[in-house]
Amino acid sequence: MSSQQQFGFLDEHAKKEIRRTALKAVAIPGYQVPYSSREMPMGRGFGTGGLQLTLALIGKGETLKVIDQGADDSVNAVNLRDFIQMTCPGIDTTSFTEEADLIQSRHRIPEKPLREDQLLVLQVPYPDALVIVESSEAKRKVLHGEADYSRLLVKLYEDIVKFKEITIAHRYPTRINNHYVIDPSPIPRWDVPKLHNSKALTLLGAGREKKIYAVPPYTQAIPLAFEDMPFRVENFDDENGQRRACERCGCTDSFLDEYIDSETGNKIYRCSDSDWCEEQMGFPRSDTADYLPETTVTNVKSSKELVNA
Amino acid sequence: MGYVAIKGGRDAIEGSKTAFDFLRTQQAENEQPLQAGAIENQLRLLHSRVISEGGLYHPELASLAIKQAQGDSLEAAFILRAHRSTVPRIAETEALDTSKMRVTRRISSAFKDIPGGQMLGAATDYHLRLFKMELLNESPEAFRAVSKQWMDELDLDTIPDSFPKVVEVLRNENLLAPIKQSRHDQVPFDITREPLVLPLPRSAALATMARGEQGGLLSIAYSNMRGYGDIHPTVAELRVGYVPVMLPHPITGKPMEVGEVQVTECEVVAMYEEQDGKPMFTLGYGACFGHNEVKAISMAILDRALQKGEQHGPSHPSEDAEFVLLHVDGIDSMGFCSHYKMPHYVTFQSDMDRLRTTQDKQAQEEAK
Repeated sequence: MSSQQQFGFLDEHAKKEIRRTALKAVAIPGYQVPYSSREMPMGRGFGTGGLQLTLALIGKGETLKVIDQGADDSVNAVNLRDFIQMTCPGIDTTSFTEEADLIQSRHRIPEKPLREDQLLVLQVPYPDALVIVESSEAKRKVLHGEADYSRLLVKLYEDIVKFKEITIAHRYPTRINNHYVIDPSPIPRWDVPKLHNSKALTLLGAGREKKIYAVPPYTQAIPLAFEDMPFRVENFDDENGQRRACERCGCTDSFLDEYIDSETGNKIYRCSDSDWCEEQMGFPRSDTADYLPETTVTNVKSSKELVNA
Repeated sequence: MGYVAIKGGRDAIEGSKTAFDFLRTQQAENEQPLQAGAIENQLRLLHSRVISEGGLYHPELASLAIKQAQGDSLEAAFILRAHRSTVPRIAETEALDTSKMRVTRRISSAFKDIPGGQMLGAATDYHLRLFKMELLNESPEAFRAVSKQWMDELDLDTIPDSFPKVVEVLRNENLLAPIKQSRHDQVPFDITREPLVLPLPRSAALATMARGEQGGLLSIAYSNMRGYGDIHPTVAELRVGYVPVMLPHPITGKPMEVGEVQVTECEVVAMYEEQDGKPMFTLGYGACFGHNEVKAISMAILDRALQKGEQHGPSHPSEDAEFVLLHVDGIDSMGFCSHYKMPHYVTFQSDMDRLRTTQDKQAQEEAK
């Protein structure tokens, strides 16, 4: 990496192509627009589709938030943020959802509702919801064109017959603007309703599969379900039917991560969205752009110790 | 807090990077650092593989990539490919005439005698795979003596620079269809600048395979060779050598040679089919940067298999363009394979929710 590299790492042709692809994606909600997708210096599968969108869309003076599994200090989020900061001098970063102009995320949508002036970029491993019923991309393209999602509905029906439940946990097929069904990326079902009539634009980028698609603001996003078997988000009730609370901030309406306390062996639940959790705890919301919470790092052995062990 | 929260990681990432570099240098007392030239020459075939899969002909950076990746060919090709992303496309070269290739090796398994003769060149094909123990602690003197002796014994005057192509012999014999003139007017598909939307032109398939991962290409081609397919290939010609890179002169616009690249090229002649009312052999073509014979042959077989699949509909995985072309890229496949090492707590949480709910439902059913 050298300083002679230009703003946003990609050459201008690549950025232009990504912007045009994103515009087309917004114009045809839910349609997977193919693009040539450049190789990034991090692994295909590590968020290179989201990264290319971010690099092509962010500008000087704008503020970026990067999260992975809901956390700003997760290894991959740190890695992506550092790279974007290095290649986009003049941008600010934040962990506060409300401060961000652009949020790049893997597997979560922030708990705090987004605004019209914010942009959410989701990293996508599988862009096509139909892949679970049809392995050929060429055939899937025809099914999408005809809005033929019967095989997906049959799959949901078969789940109910076999298990009395729809077994799709995340990447839940969601119909956009009454036509295309998308794979909303591996967000939990908990986050799917946030896409519906969202004030913010959501762009989804699949780098390895070379597709960009969008859920534009104020657009319908309806998860596939049946009238008598409605869509359901993850259940966090305890044995007594009481909604579990985050062990840290006490919040009872956020998506929770489940941990095993290595000392007591007890199960602990905590907010997956670390920024949301800190806000509930009343941590100061400062404008210091470089502030990143490092509070959750515990017990991680240094690699030196591991090598010498 | 007693439990290990795996969130948090700037220090962990930094530590991991320094540990990786430590392992490279841990024998610093006794070892010399590897220099780029040593990698390019002494690890010649690894170097070729990285240049080819990286899709960028830059011998020095390929050596650096190999050194940096500590010999992992996928990682090294990846570093080269990522660098390529930042480089604008400045010009297009004319189609190369490989009959003018400065050949270092060319063989044909179709004919015993070919115009210009067979030239075995440098290859491992007839090596006995027995250890050469003298290389284990090779002295610099012995090392130098090998190249000196070879140069001394070489009779440069007797070696022609280029050879006619074997497939031309077959074309003249009317065993192979002539090249269609319309082919010359076709603009090749640039897979680095245009999205891959199926069905793809043959040039896109060839470009994808030219930078495909050798193991991936070999394994799908091998499935065809073994019987999941029946193209019945014969190597009409395999050649390794150097071809000039011609770019338009910035002022006059006339093509001028700016350098040369090493390539391996393979043409396989395959099962005959009726073409324009006459049965003719069919052709499969493979070519890639560097010296990669297994790759060029695999690619030629797959090219033929894919053409067959396009004409008659695929009956085997190796004849299915989507199956072959979307699964042979090393950068894509290794990246996605590695990504499974990243945290997946949220999705797993969601998976557990589904399983527990399903188990509860079953328990309720059984209690009835």
